[in-house]
Amino acid sequence: MKLQRKKLRISDLLIKTLIKFCAFFTIAMVVYIMGYIFVRGIPAINTELLTTAPSELKGTVGILPMIINTIYIIVVTLVVTTPISIGAAIYLSEYSKKNNKFVKVIEFTTQTLAGIPSIIFGLFGFVFFGVFLKMGYSLLSGALTLAIMVMPTIVRTTQEALKTVPNSYREGAIGLGATRLYLIRTILLPSALPGIMTSIILSIGRIVGESAALIFTAGIGYMLPKGFFTHLRSSGATLTVQLYQYAMRGENLEITYAIASVLMIIVLIINFAAKKFAAALKKG
Amino acid sequence: MITKTTESLALNSNNIKPSNFNKNTINSTKNNKNKIDISAKIIFMFCASIAVIAVILITAYMVFSGGPAILKIGVGDFIFGQEWKPTAGDPKFGILPLILSSVYATLGAIVIGVPVGILVAVYIVELAPKWLTKILKPAIELLAGIPSVIYGLIGMMVIVPFVAKTFDLSLGACLFSAIIILAIMILPTVISITETGLRSVPIEYKEASLGLGATQIQTIFKVQIPAAKSTILTGVVLGIGRAVGETMAVIMVAGNAVNMPKIFESVRFLTTGIVSEMSYSTGLHRQALFGIGLVLFLFIMIINIVLTRLIKSERK
Repeated sequence: MKLQRKKLRISDLLIKTLIKFCAFFTIAMVVYIMGYIFVRGIPAINTELLTTAPSELKGTVGILPMIINTIYIIVVTLVVTTPISIGAAIYLSEYSKKNNKFVKVIEFTTQTLAGIPSIIFGLFGFVFFGVFLKMGYSLLSGALTLAIMVMPTIVRTTQEALKTVPNSYREGAIGLGATRLYLIRTILLPSALPGIMTSIILSIGRIVGESAALIFTAGIGYMLPKGFFTHLRSSGATLTVQLYQYAMRGENLEITYAIASVLMIIVLIINFAAKKFAAALKKG
Repeated sequence: MITKTTESLALNSNNIKPSNFNKNTINSTKNNKNKIDISAKIIFMFCASIAVIAVILITAYMVFSGGPAILKIGVGDFIFGQEWKPTAGDPKFGILPLILSSVYATLGAIVIGVPVGILVAVYIVELAPKWLTKILKPAIELLAGIPSVIYGLIGMMVIVPFVAKTFDLSLGACLFSAIIILAIMILPTVISITETGLRSVPIEYKEASLGLGATQIQTIFKVQIPAAKSTILTGVVLGIGRAVGETMAVIMVAGNAVNMPKIFESVRFLTTGIVSEMSYSTGLHRQALFGIGLVLFLFIMIINIVLTRLIKSERK
């Protein structure tokens, strides 16, 4: 098969070199970014950092509150958005007829939601949840804002996963007298589970990395929670928001890199887990 | 447990006995099932309509919180005004510098990011040995997953000093640094969508071209890429959307002074214009920031509509 090496043209060679350069440049960049963050951040990670709050009185600059806030936002966002998004995906792929006007509108709006930048979600969350619904700067307001933001991801991935379930399953179940709901509950959802899990993991990634939508909704508080539910109504900075603040003020550089390292480690874990689930989905 | 089940059994049989005695029992359970099924359908439909409600709410809130300020300042003065002095004694609310900076930065990011992205995708699809693809693809996925604040941090600590040194500037925080960061950030989008596009080109095209004596590179650039044109364009539009809306990464590298865009000068974008003054703004100033939000929202909506059109034409 020497088909592809018929003649050697200088321009081909140049372009090929350029292509290779771009590819290696991309890899090198990723390695550099990781290396740069880890070399400066990992040494600063220690138990004190992970178990204390920033406090001038005690002289600590820990990131425990930010870790807790991030977990709060992830959990609340997912609890709110997952059932709604899965329900929406089920409606779109199991109940609706194609070319229905309503379905087209839903699909257009879902796509629109996916394209709206986080800063707009931040402004909206600030006026709607914060001012109109009187939540102020609170983790709840931030989580609800993000719930709308990550909806398209879960809807779409669940829809894709439902599409991969063979039609014969549906026909068989309906033919045996099962109701739609029974079919969805016992056959479709379990088959689509790896896909749904993948979308949830991807959403966690998006929530962990989010900052612009949170700075005006969840705010910049740095206190440790006093109670489980009261904390929902208090303002709290996530890891990213805290990183942004430290970086802009140019203070606590070591801590900044430490937070960045923690974030990178989370991103690495998430990418790995998403891959695992995607592989499970392929196997079926 | 046992008493409970017997109880519920008894209840069930009670339910069936008196009212449905004359009717066909099978039909009655079917009716019940139907009721559950229909209510389930309504619940699912409600879930689906949340997206519609959200978009309507967001649009309404953006218009109502941004619109009045724009009207008060004057549409022309707001959009074409070149001076942004919100806290001066005689405040000026012109956002032309912000609009142009956003447009320039996006164009710059596209000019750098798209060709590189296409070349990397070509490498993955056509040239890379398998073991290298296994490194390259996770690397690109990682690039897509890195939070914007980390890009901002890297930009601040690495790119800004580098730009200052290379071009002998006193301050490296400028439009050019922002363009580099944005170009890197749109790379994963462009690469993955171009890859999908290239893979969907029928293999016959490639075979025919190679069979006619074209070299591999000629085939890639004259046959495969043109055939995947519309998909690649979708990737570019998505990249534009991401670059226009990016906030936290560019606020850390662009310097944030309101200037008409020049490549090596500190600039402020639509997105960063909102963030940098939101915390201390009041009255008309704050409303004007929402006005900026509305302008940004309109930009994004236009991009979204173009995107939907593109995807539709692709399906056909």
